[in-house]
Amino acid sequence: MSETVVEIIGLQKAFGPLHVLRGIDLEVRRGEVVCVIGPSGSGKSTLLRCVNLLEQPTGGRVAVGGVELTDPDVDIDAARRRIGMVFQQFNLFSHLTVLDNLTIAQRKVLRRGKAEAEEVARRNLARVGLAEKADAMPAQLSGGQQQRVAIARSLAMDPELMLFDEPTSALDPELVGDVLGVMRTLAEAGMTMLVVTHEMQFAREVADRVLFMDGGVVVEQGPPERVIAAPQHERTRAFLSRVLDPTHQGPNVPAT
Amino acid sequence: MAMSKRKRAQAVRGGQYALLVVVAVVLAVVADWQNIGRAFFNLDVARAQFPEIISTALVNTVTYTVLGFGFGLVLGLILALMRMSSVPPYRWLASIYIEFFRGVPALLVFIAFGFGVPIAFQVRFDIYSTVMLALGLVGAAYMAETIRAGIQAVPKGQVEAARSLGMSQARAMVTVVIPQAFRIILPPLTNELILLTKDSSLIYLLGLATSEYELAKFGRAALNEHQSMTPILIAGLCYLIITIPLSFLSRWLERRTAGGKKVSAPEATGLEVKA
Ligand SMILES: Nc1ncnc2c1ncn2[C@@H]1O[C@H](COP(=O)(O)OP(=O)(O)O)[C@@H](O)[C@H]1O
Ligand SMILES: [Mg+2]
Repeated sequence: MSETVVEIIGLQKAFGPLHVLRGIDLEVRRGEVVCVIGPSGSGKSTLLRCVNLLEQPTGGRVAVGGVELTDPDVDIDAARRRIGMVFQQFNLFSHLTVLDNLTIAQRKVLRRGKAEAEEVARRNLARVGLAEKADAMPAQLSGGQQQRVAIARSLAMDPELMLFDEPTSALDPELVGDVLGVMRTLAEAGMTMLVVTHEMQFAREVADRVLFMDGGVVVEQGPPERVIAAPQHERTRAFLSRVLDPTHQGPNVPAT
Repeated sequence: MAMSKRKRAQAVRGGQYALLVVVAVVLAVVADWQNIGRAFFNLDVARAQFPEIISTALVNTVTYTVLGFGFGLVLGLILALMRMSSVPPYRWLASIYIEFFRGVPALLVFIAFGFGVPIAFQVRFDIYSTVMLALGLVGAAYMAETIRAGIQAVPKGQVEAARSLGMSQARAMVTVVIPQAFRIILPPLTNELILLTKDSSLIYLLGLATSEYELAKFGRAALNEHQSMTPILIAGLCYLIITIPLSFLSRWLERRTAGGKKVSAPEATGLEVKA
């Protein structure tokens, strides 16, 4: 048996009149990799951002590692320390070197000493294959390198859960592979991951479970070989045919 | 008969040059150059200004400016943060302050702190405190709006990244947002420094001891003594020694950050980047 890392029950999120999440239930167990797929605007980012409370849910319950984040008295800063987040736009601190990007939160939040923080930082840079970039500024790196630094920055905090919001969507196609490679290694090392992605090949090979979202609800979920290769729902089929075969749009095109 | 657009433009430009030549010729013939030369630039009077105009007046101008700028920057940062506070009364207070001190002449503020406040409260500020308060209070009102624009120009994703690493709102502000905001607003802040350098001259109406003279007052006193325009001219050049390099610095900083985000204070509003 394995313990539950993320437990989401009846999650709702509205922006004013716009109901973006309409009751999501989701459980992620330790070491599990869950990929979330779905059309643009279906609420994937919002779901992810509710898991570390970058967005405040308007209903339901979110618990991570047994700590209920939706409890109004929770120490949200303490809870977020154990949740890494990787953004589509990387969001490296542009005024700091790569090394300082990795050490600043270790030092200011975890109160690690300088030597220890740098040791951890360099170990994690090596892990994403960028040991030699420690002294570079973010602007000097390619998008793929920046995203790998962003992953290393989160890893340096020893998270028990990693959230990825379309980590490769802002990258030139030839740089996508490096980032996915790092994520795959991370998954193989047993990291618990919740990944929003359009990379179906990655989802198929790495995910333990795939979630298809549309209109703020989970339409269908299950192992990738079922959800991606043999979807049960019409909406899932329509979405996958658009993603996998974008030049033949239309709901009636048969899968080849 | 009708000239082409290009021909007409050429003719206009030719006319402008011709006018310039006529004015120059008239000035050369009509003006009494020897007299003007003596009145404006008398070498003996000029020599007599050194070294005090540098060692006292220029140094004092820089000192007063730095004091006012430093105080204004700190107060401006506080006002900017108040202006963005989630507690409405803080926002109102900051807005009232900013509107007030941008709306009244700096001269009035100097008079208030030089004469009004000492009478009202039976206190006496020394010259450094007076200049720091008066210049700083005025400068803060302008700098607050610049700093606020700078803070709002820092992409939202930077705060989100900081928060998801476990930093508190305040910690993210101090370690991530403010350092980046200052990078963005360095050019407009440099311009503010130039304005304050010139405004520091307003202290002259306070009755200064000789050792406290700054450039304007120094020039004014020397003009009386020598009955000559020359000291004013040199004082003016001394201001330019400070302001022109700053102006170049500002433009260089602006060019360096060009392509990135640009904020021209104080009208600029937040350029928000949605991640
Ligand atoms: N901060 C916000 N304010 C208002 N509407 C938002 C906000 N964030 C997201 N939305 C809206 O919520 C919907 C879902 O957005 P999102 O979760 O980003 O979808 P996805 O990531 O699946 O493309 C969209 O219609 C979007 O415009
Ligand atoms: Mg999204």
